[in-house]
Order: sequence, then structure tokens, then C-alpha cells
Amino acid sequence: MSSQEIPEKNLPSEQDTAHGAVAVAEDPFADPGLPPHKPRIQDIDERAAKRSERTVALLFTLSMLATIGFIASFVAFPVDKLVYVWPLGHVSATNLSLGLTLGIALFCIGAGAVHWARTLMSDHEVADDRHAIEATPEVKAKVMADFADGARESVIGRRPLIRNTMFGALAMVPLSGVVLLRELGPLPEKKLFHTSWDKGKQLINMNTNEPLRPEDVVVGSLTFAKPEGLEEDDHEFNNKIAKDALMIVRIQPEDIKDKHELEWSHEGIVAFSKICTHVGCPISLYEQQTHHVLCPCHQSTFDLSDGARVIFGPAGHALPQLRIGVNNEGFLEALGDFPEPVGPAFWERG
Amino acid sequence: MADWADGRLGIYSLAKANMRKIFPDHWSFMLGEICLYSFIIIILTGVYLTLFFHPSMNEIVYHGSYVPMHGIRMTEAYASTLEISFDVRGGLLIRQIHHWAAVIFIAGMFVHMMRVFFTGAFRKPREINWLFGFLLFVLGMFTGFTGYSLPDDLLSGTGVRFTQGAILATPVVGTYISMFLFGGEFPGHDMVARFYSIHILLLPGIMLGLVVAHLILVFYHKHTQFPGPGRTNKNVVGMPLLPVYMAKAGGFFFLVFGVIAAIAGMFTINPVWALGPYRPDQVSTGAQPDWYMGFAEGLIRVMPGWEINLWGHTLVLGVFIPLVVFGLMLVAIAVYPFIESWITGDKREHHLLDRPRNAPTRTALGVAWVTGYMVMLLGGGNDIFATHFHMSLNAITWFVRIAFFVGPVVAFIVTKRICMGLQRRDADKVLHGRESGIIKRLPHGEFVEIHEPLSQDQLYSLTAHEQYTPAEVGPSVDENGVERKVTRGQKLRAKLSKGYYGEGNQVPKPTAEEYKEITSGHGHH
Ligand code: HEM
Ligand code: FES
Repeated sequence: MSSQEIPEKNLPSEQDTAHGAVAVAEDPFADPGLPPHKPRIQDIDERAAKRSERTVALLFTLSMLATIGFIASFVAFPVDKLVYVWPLGHVSATNLSLGLTLGIALFCIGAGAVHWARTLMSDHEVADDRHAIEATPEVKAKVMADFADGARESVIGRRPLIRNTMFGALAMVPLSGVVLLRELGPLPEKKLFHTSWDKGKQLINMNTNEPLRPEDVVVGSLTFAKPEGLEEDDHEFNNKIAKDALMIVRIQPEDIKDKHELEWSHEGIVAFSKICTHVGCPISLYEQQTHHVLCPCHQSTFDLSDGARVIFGPAGHALPQLRIGVNNEGFLEALGDFPEPVGPAFWERG
Repeated sequence: MADWADGRLGIYSLAKANMRKIFPDHWSFMLGEICLYSFIIIILTGVYLTLFFHPSMNEIVYHGSYVPMHGIRMTEAYASTLEISFDVRGGLLIRQIHHWAAVIFIAGMFVHMMRVFFTGAFRKPREINWLFGFLLFVLGMFTGFTGYSLPDDLLSGTGVRFTQGAILATPVVGTYISMFLFGGEFPGHDMVARFYSIHILLLPGIMLGLVVAHLILVFYHKHTQFPGPGRTNKNVVGMPLLPVYMAKAGGFFFLVFGVIAAIAGMFTINPVWALGPYRPDQVSTGAQPDWYMGFAEGLIRVMPGWEINLWGHTLVLGVFIPLVVFGLMLVAIAVYPFIESWITGDKREHHLLDRPRNAPTRTALGVAWVTGYMVMLLGGGNDIFATHFHMSLNAITWFVRIAFFVGPVVAFIVTKRICMGLQRRDADKVLHGRESGIIKRLPHGEFVEIHEPLSQDQLYSLTAHEQYTPAEVGPSVDENGVERKVTRGQKLRAKLSKGYYGEGNQVPKPTAEEYKEITSGHGHH
């Protein structure tokens, strides 16, 4: 109820003091009741009503034209045509024209209907009574009695054996459904504890698909690797790389603070799991001066010169390190699997 | 024709009760309509998408019409999304409408829910409908998430990985849930197909049922209304369903659809072709979920990475606590109506809405909740804020951590004070009239502002709200002198009730006596 709709007689200036005083004498805050209807210009002036009619009809006509425009755009524009439209940039002509014509076609129907409702349909406010939702005591009593009758006639109360076995049967039958869900996937067992890395597996450069030599890993660059034998067209590639993905950097051995890390490196070349220990995003950013790597998902930061411990962010533990060495042909190879599960922590991880 | 149908369906009786049903009008009542209409739009466009989308993780090498992706291995799900976007005429538009409508749907539910909360529309008899709405909100988030994951692009895959990592953090059963959900190790080969049936059948099916139930209850309870002249708890004032409401609501559907279609035509949402297909070893920077997941994202970002290793097990608190807090914040929404009705002990039906100021504690609690939510939403974008405003990520993270606890408390206190101030102003207005802005000089030189008395309509509207008196624990001895046991629950309730309605927590309404005294004393200024 906005103030413009307040009936004239209730406006302060219109109030007859004597009448007001009478009302105030009883209850100054009494409900004055529904204000009388105030006619709109269209209710009084047929010309205004006609104008409204034409506006509504115009909107509906516009909608029809827009639909024709939609069909025309659908036929006219090749699906791959790009157009430059300020300020949107280069956009698909089909998408833009279809979206705008459909938008106008729909919007005009809506605008027409609303304008019609607001200016031409009756705007008399009506009051409807509400009725209590709760049943009367008699109805309640009747329902309870009916229910008792039904229960008695079923003899369920007198024959508990039937009742109990029925509940038992109903309780058990959904178990079949639960059992079927067992087929949704394998048990976790030790699956999360192992990757494809193993003693003797060469480190393959992710970019070149060639085995890595120590001299390929230069100071200041981040190299990604996968285990030998894992190819992109393998059916299981994604499942494997989700755990195998490896990140390699070269650090001056004297800069490596963690003794264990140094032991597992090859002349300062260290290999860590690329999978963030927070919730599993691949780590992708490397700061060469500090040897920090950053996970772009939630900004966990690990210090690769100090056992890849977490120095910032929500990750809970260091990145697992892969022990590496060099084989007879001079290629980098793994000297075993990761010593602990890679990726996010879980209950059985320990 | 109508008679034919009536003989079989009884449509006349149905129409008799409903055709001229009265609906009150207020802008905020349109929020629910926005939700309903965007839901319908989502279903319409979703069905169209199913005609072209291949919910399969079989891998192919792409040779379609989007040249930058030539020769790249991808799942059929991703390839078919490219096809919808680049080969199906209008396919891109439908995808965009589907996604925009989803974003608007969930935002609409959020705001609609706030409207219902802050006006107290959740009170008896509408608690169950509040729960239906709440479930729709939660299911809407999950439906949105599963849909977002279907194209199997780099961004959505990263989001799925995030979810899987969070599932793993669940104590005891985490690894089992993950294996069963993904059919093995992440990402597996089943995710898209399973999410697909969840996304297009399971969740929308439940939601459709809930939407229908929600609307039936709205009809059955009849709409609430704000108090005003002639509007009481026993009636509903407005215009009839046929024709006015039908035209306005029906028209509004077209308005909403039209606006979403135009937005979808102009503004790209989720350009899945930009980043390529999902690979568990690749990621883009600045990865962001849809807005409705930003709150969970924030929780997980700012939580310190606590892990407890004991007896060969790991408790991943750093991820599990955010999961629990996320759940609790949602549960708080669901249970609030029951808590409030327990505190007031009010068993009556309420069809008149509260103005938020007249329920200061409730309003303050709501604002506190929203503040916590918004703080976490901000936390979800901490990297974006850091780069855009050149701030340290560390500083933002600490700000969010502290603000998550302090912000709601401050918001609570400030909101309550504002409400009290507004109540006081209302009381002043009732007693002394409206400030007219006209300054008058009294004979002895003093300047006063003329106050105009309020109309009867305004007087009534400003005093129509009810005020509770705080519940008492009652005497510890009953009328026979026997000691009465006061349970802890009763004590708690009395305490809360005092916090809600006790002294200093609401401004007493002006009484008729006060009013008469003042008006007869000074006359009309
Ligand atoms: C009820 C709420 C729903 C929400 C919130 C929702 C949300 C979403 C979102 C955000 C996407 C990602 C779109 C993209 O950017 O590619 C999506 C995709 C999809 N949705 Fe829905 N959706 C809903 C219901 C439905 C229904 C009822 C159907 C079908 C009957 C459906 C069919 C699809 C299909 C086939 C896709 C994948 C197509 C593609 O991404 O190109 N959705 N949905
Ligand atoms: S996944 Fe790396 S920080 Fe969250």
C-alpha cells in the first residue's frame, strides 16, 4: 500500500477534526478498513483506455515481428559467422540475433500482458476470508474414531505376530536395493596407495614424450613428467596420470635444506608429485628464486627446497617425493614408487 | 467442452475454489515467481540439450568445426558440448539460456528465502513449506553442480576433482563413497553418465515434485500480506487470480524468459571451448565455480590445513571442517522456524507479515548469517581480489578468517540497533506525527518543525504489529507450595525469549493512552 493510494478522505488535510476526534476517543489505532477504490485515468477517460489498448496491441505485434526476425536469423546466418558488435566484441551472429529476437518476442508478450493487467483490467481490491486450517474437535474425534475402527478391523493389535513379522519384512526388503548399490564401484583396498611408478621406470617428458636426461632439467624451469609406458591414447590414461603426474626441478644441492630430499635427488634434480595434497588440483606455478610451487586452485604453496613442505595455504601435508636416479643409458629413472599416497589425504592414509 | 471435462475431472468445483482466488500484491512476492519461471525455463532448455548431448566418457580425437581443438583427445561429452555450441544452430543460445537460468534460479531462491525469512512468513502454518523451499535451494545447488560438470571441460573437471578430494576427507567412509561415486579411482569412466542421470532425472524429478507441493501449499495456505488498512490476519486482500493475477504472473514469466534469452544472446557464460577438455594433470589459473558454490569454495580456501594422524588413520580436519560448517550453515536455515516458534511458544496461525524492524533479533540473526555467507563468498575469490586490488593473499585470508567470526557478531549488533532506531522512529511518528519539513517561528523566537498528524491508515499500519512479552521460567514453587522442577530447557527458553523480546530488545508500541494524552495536550502543534 503506497501513500499515493491513500484515499483522499484519509489524508491529513482532508480529515474532519470532529470525526477524527470521535474515532480517537475509542481507539486511535483502530483499523479504518479497506480504503475505497481510486479510479485510474483509464477508468475515467476512454481515450486513455484506448491508448492503453493500442500500447498492448503494439507490444504483442512487436513480439510477432521479433519471432519472424528469429526465424529469419535462423535461416540467414551461417552458424559459424562472427560479427563485431560494440561493446560485446566478436560474437556469434546466430547466437546474438537469435537471443535478442527471442528475448524481444518473449519480453513484449510479458510487457503487453502486464500493461493490460495494470491499466485495463479491473483493479478493485477484494478481501477473501481465511479459514482455520486445523480441524474442529468434532472432526478430529471422528477421524480418530474411524482410524481406531480401521485398526480394530485389521486385527493388527490383537495379532502381534503378524504385525511384528510385517515390520520385519518391510524393514528388510530395502536391503536388496542397498546390496545392489555395492556394484557401483570397487572397494578402495590399497588402490590409493600406489601409482604406476616403480623401480626402473624412466621419466618421460610430458611435452616431448621423450625420456629425460639429467641435462634436460635446467635450473629455473619446471618440467612435467609421466612414467614410461603411459601413453595419452591409453584407455586408462586419465586415471593413471591423476596419480602419476610428476614435477621435476633442479636445485643447487647446497640449497636443498632437507637431507632426505637431497638423498632422493639426483645431483639436485628432485621429483615431486604434481598433485596437490589439499584436494587434488595439479600444481602449475613455479617461482625459481625461492623454489616455491603454487597450486592455482586454493593457493597452497610448497617449498621444493625443503621437502616440499607447505608454507602457505590450506594443504595439510608435504608433496610426496619420488626417489630418482640415472640408468645405464643415462636417462632419469624412478627408484621405486612414492613412499606414501599422492594427492588429497584420506582416512586410511595414516 | 468444459462440461465434458467437468464430468470426468470435476473442473467446475476446482475452478469455483480457485479461479477467483485472491492474491495480494507486493514487489517482493515476485521473487518466488522468478524461481518458478527460471525452473520452467531450465527444464525446457534442458530437454532440448538432451537431444544433442552425449553423456559418455568414451574418448575420441576431435575433428569438428572448432578448429583450435583439432586433433585433441577428449570425451564424447566434451565433443558434443562443442557441437552444441558450434554446429547446432541456436544450440549455443539454448546452452547459455540453460546456464544463465540456472544461475538466476539459485540466486532467486536465495533472495526469495531471505524475503520469507525477514518478513516472518515461515511461521505457522508455513513451516513445512519453508522446508520444501529449503530443500529446493539445496537440491538446486547440487543439480547446478552436476550440470556444470557434464561438459567435462577443464574448469568443471577441476571442480569435480575438488569435490572428490573433499569426499576423501570424510572420516571412515570417504574412500568408499569416492570409489562408489566414480566407479573406481578418480576420474574413472562413469562420472559423466552418472552425473547425467542425477542431473536430468533424479534431482529435477524430486525438485519438480517439491515445486508442485510448494505451490499447492501456497494456494492452500493463501498468500501472506503486510498489515494495512483492511488487511487482517483473518483475510487476504488483493486481486483475483483470473484475470489480473493470471495476466501479471503469466506476463511476468515472459518477461523473465525474455530477459534471460537476451542476456544469453549477449553475454557468454561458461565458454567451455576456451580451456579444452579435462585432464587431471592440467589446470587453469583463476578457476572459479558458479557463484552458488563460492561459499563452500571460500570455506575450503581459508581453513588452515589441519591433519591429525593417530592410530594409523588420518583425520583431515582442514577439509572436513569446512564440509561440516557448510552443512551446519544450511541446517541452520532449515531449523530456524522451529527454534523461533519454540522460543515464542506461539501456536497461532500467522498470515500477516512482520516488517523486519519489528522483529529485531530475528532480523539481526538473519543479517549475521548472510554476513558469514558473504564473507566466505569473498574468501572463495581471494585470489581474484589479491590480483585485482594488489593485496597480499595472506592478508585477505586472515581477514576472511577473522571476519567470518567477527563479522556476524558486528552485523548482529548493528542490525539490531538499526531496527530499534527504526522502531523508535515509528513510535515517534505515531505519537508526534510526521515531520513536514516546514519550519515555523514561534512568537518568542524559537524555531520548531511542524509535525503533521498521521492518517488513520498510517496510525493503524504502524501499530498493527504484535509484541511478545518474554517467557518466564515461572516460580520455582507451585500454587500448593510444592517445589516445581524447572528443566534446563525451560531456563534456556526463558533466556532466549528475554534476548528476543526482553527489555531493550524491542521498543514498546505507543499505547492509546499515550497517544490521547499527547494529542489532547498539544492539540495539533
Ligand atoms: C533443475 C535445475 C537445473 C539446473 C540448476 C541445471 C544447471 C545446469 C548447468 C549449470 C549446466 C552446465 C551448462 C553449460 O554451461 O554447459 C547444465 C548442463 C546440462 N543440463 Fe541442466 N540444470 C537443471 C535441470 C536440467 C534438466 C531438467 C535437464 C534435462 C531434462 C537438464 C539437461 C542438461 C544437459 C543435457 C546439460 C549438458 C549440456 C551442455 O552442457 O551442453 N538440466 N545444467
Ligand atoms: S587443491 Fe591445491 S590448494 Fe586446494
